Amino acid sequence: MGGRLSEIPFGMSYAVSHRGAPGAHEPKDNDGEQHECQDPDAAMSRVAAIEPKRIAGQRLRERIFHGTTLAAALLVLVLLGGVGVSLLQGAWPAFSHFKLAFLTRQIWNPVTDEYGAVGAVYGTIVTSIIGMLLALPVSFGIAVFLTELAPSWLKRPIGVAIELLAAIPSIIYGFWGLFVLAPVLQEHIEPWIISTLGALPGIGFLFRGAPFGIGVLTAGIVLAIMIVPFIAAVMRDVFETVPDLLKESAYGLGATTWEVIWRVVVPYSRTGMVGGTMLGLGRALGETMAVTFVIGNAHHIGRSLLSPGTTISATIANEFTEATTKLYASSLIALGALLFVITFSVIAIARLMLLRLNRRALSSV
Amino acid sequence: MTEFPGGSIVHGPRRAEVNGAGGSDGRRRLGEAGLNAKPSGRMHVADSLEGGVPARTVGEVSVEDPVFSCRDVSVFYGAKQALHSVTLDIARRQVLAAIGPSGCGKSTFLRCLNRMNDTIPGARVTGTITLDGQDIYDKSKDIAQLRARIGMVFQKPNPFHKSIYDNVAYGPRIHKLTRTRADLDELVFTSLSRAGLWNEVKDRLSAPAVGLSGGQQQRLCIARTLAVQPEVILMDEPCSALDPIATARVEDLIEELRASYAIVMVTHSMQQAARVSQRTAFFYMGKLIEVSDTDHVFTNPQHRLTEDYITGRFG
Repeated sequence: MGGRLSEIPFGMSYAVSHRGAPGAHEPKDNDGEQHECQDPDAAMSRVAAIEPKRIAGQRLRERIFHGTTLAAALLVLVLLGGVGVSLLQGAWPAFSHFKLAFLTRQIWNPVTDEYGAVGAVYGTIVTSIIGMLLALPVSFGIAVFLTELAPSWLKRPIGVAIELLAAIPSIIYGFWGLFVLAPVLQEHIEPWIISTLGALPGIGFLFRGAPFGIGVLTAGIVLAIMIVPFIAAVMRDVFETVPDLLKESAYGLGATTWEVIWRVVVPYSRTGMVGGTMLGLGRALGETMAVTFVIGNAHHIGRSLLSPGTTISATIANEFTEATTKLYASSLIALGALLFVITFSVIAIARLMLLRLNRRALSSV
Repeated sequence: MTEFPGGSIVHGPRRAEVNGAGGSDGRRRLGEAGLNAKPSGRMHVADSLEGGVPARTVGEVSVEDPVFSCRDVSVFYGAKQALHSVTLDIARRQVLAAIGPSGCGKSTFLRCLNRMNDTIPGARVTGTITLDGQDIYDKSKDIAQLRARIGMVFQKPNPFHKSIYDNVAYGPRIHKLTRTRADLDELVFTSLSRAGLWNEVKDRLSAPAVGLSGGQQQRLCIARTLAVQPEVILMDEPCSALDPIATARVEDLIEELRASYAIVMVTHSMQQAARVSQRTAFFYMGKLIEVSDTDHVFTNPQHRLTEDYITGRFG
């Protein structure tokens, strides 16, 4: 009965379309079927009556559509190549003048026109590591609380707050870091760190020296605050993709919330967690403004994390206006090229890790 | 039932007989005593219809020495009431099938029994449910320990992304049920054997569980549940994602498990309910319409809605 109902309107609409295009396409069905609209075969044979002109138009549109999307996609490759080429071109004088020494020397002296990248690279990597070490547990906690524990009335406000945190411009973080965080660190926290952690054997040297307030540690803390919302947001989204069924089956076996999170949610979402972490790390490595404010801008590598330092992006931001000699400018661009390589490597390593994790998850865990 | 279009007339005398037996039990209408004070002679079951749904459950809701005893259980999801004052006992070593059309509350009822509704935000459960006489919604009771006593098998086979062995060992590990590796091996062996899966997987215990067929995965999930040594097993449409052969194997397994466990099974398939259960509860629009011995429900339903449903007139 249902079949007959649906065929009648179909048959009628075909009749209308034929009137619109007379003789464009002769229906091949025999007379009997033409009058019998309720026969599905007869109805179907009339569907073929599309004008050739229309087909040509459709194909043209398809081709244009295909071409434009392809062009947009290719633009990515062109941009990437262009950036790479111009970086290498700009950095060439520095690399050819200093050779490998550019990568191994700490010196950064515009007066004698001698430059080495080690100080900036060290600062970039160490501030990022500090930032990640501080941000990861906090982000994980936020994401777990939001997805598994928070009552629904609290989820939204916290979720919105995280997005707002991510939306704060980095210069405001730098500003806040310099005028609010740094004095607090200098007066209260750093003296305490020096007297406790600084006294530890082995790693104690990392926490000795004078409490400047600004320095590598401060930059790491500001970076941590800046990347927490990113990592937390990605982790929350990833945790939310864990099927309820999987969680419920663990709950059904008598697992506690902690056991469900640790043994079901985390293993299931580790790929996404690595992805979120790498997103945060990428941002930490490249962050410029906030770090420039609080790191102290010294090309010297201090043994202590409390001493001032610099990062690649902070160096470039601070000095590009002063780069009067060709070699100076080229050295700054060479630093940029190094940053490019570092970030690229981080992403490549992340991809490899994800691949291996996936393969392991597929073969057996 | 289809062979008796005038079913109500044919059933008249038998119905009266059932009423006589049931009416002698004073506990039968614990849940609805206040809702419908009319002393029901039950000559016309349809009299108690309220917009098509009766206020009281037809049939014997209580049993001797129940494992679960539910009284006036209602469930709300936010403002929506999904379960209306269900009163039902669940017997030991017996399969209770919960049937009814989609959205009738049978799964909701099942999820009350191991407090799985607690994981849904906004869900609220009222009434009392006791497991071996202890209130399971008692705030001082540990919910994880409770759930360990109640196994649950879900609609879709959902092994963890781990090896076959680790799936079965999951529960024993989190509850530290075994002390040595040998004990754990033993427990995994017994659980897989009881689930009828041992011979199929014994050579590849370290292979990933997701590589098993759907039916094997479901039996693995049952083995995983058995490994925690529960007292009751809840099954939420355990065969709905399986092909007929796998379904038959799981049904055979349920039949074997019945000797040791109380089983509550939600199913969409009335044939399945008739095949594997000893007692059947029919839910409709969040209410428990009728509960009785399975033979009884399928050959001689007391309520018109039950009859309409099992004869395929709706749902």
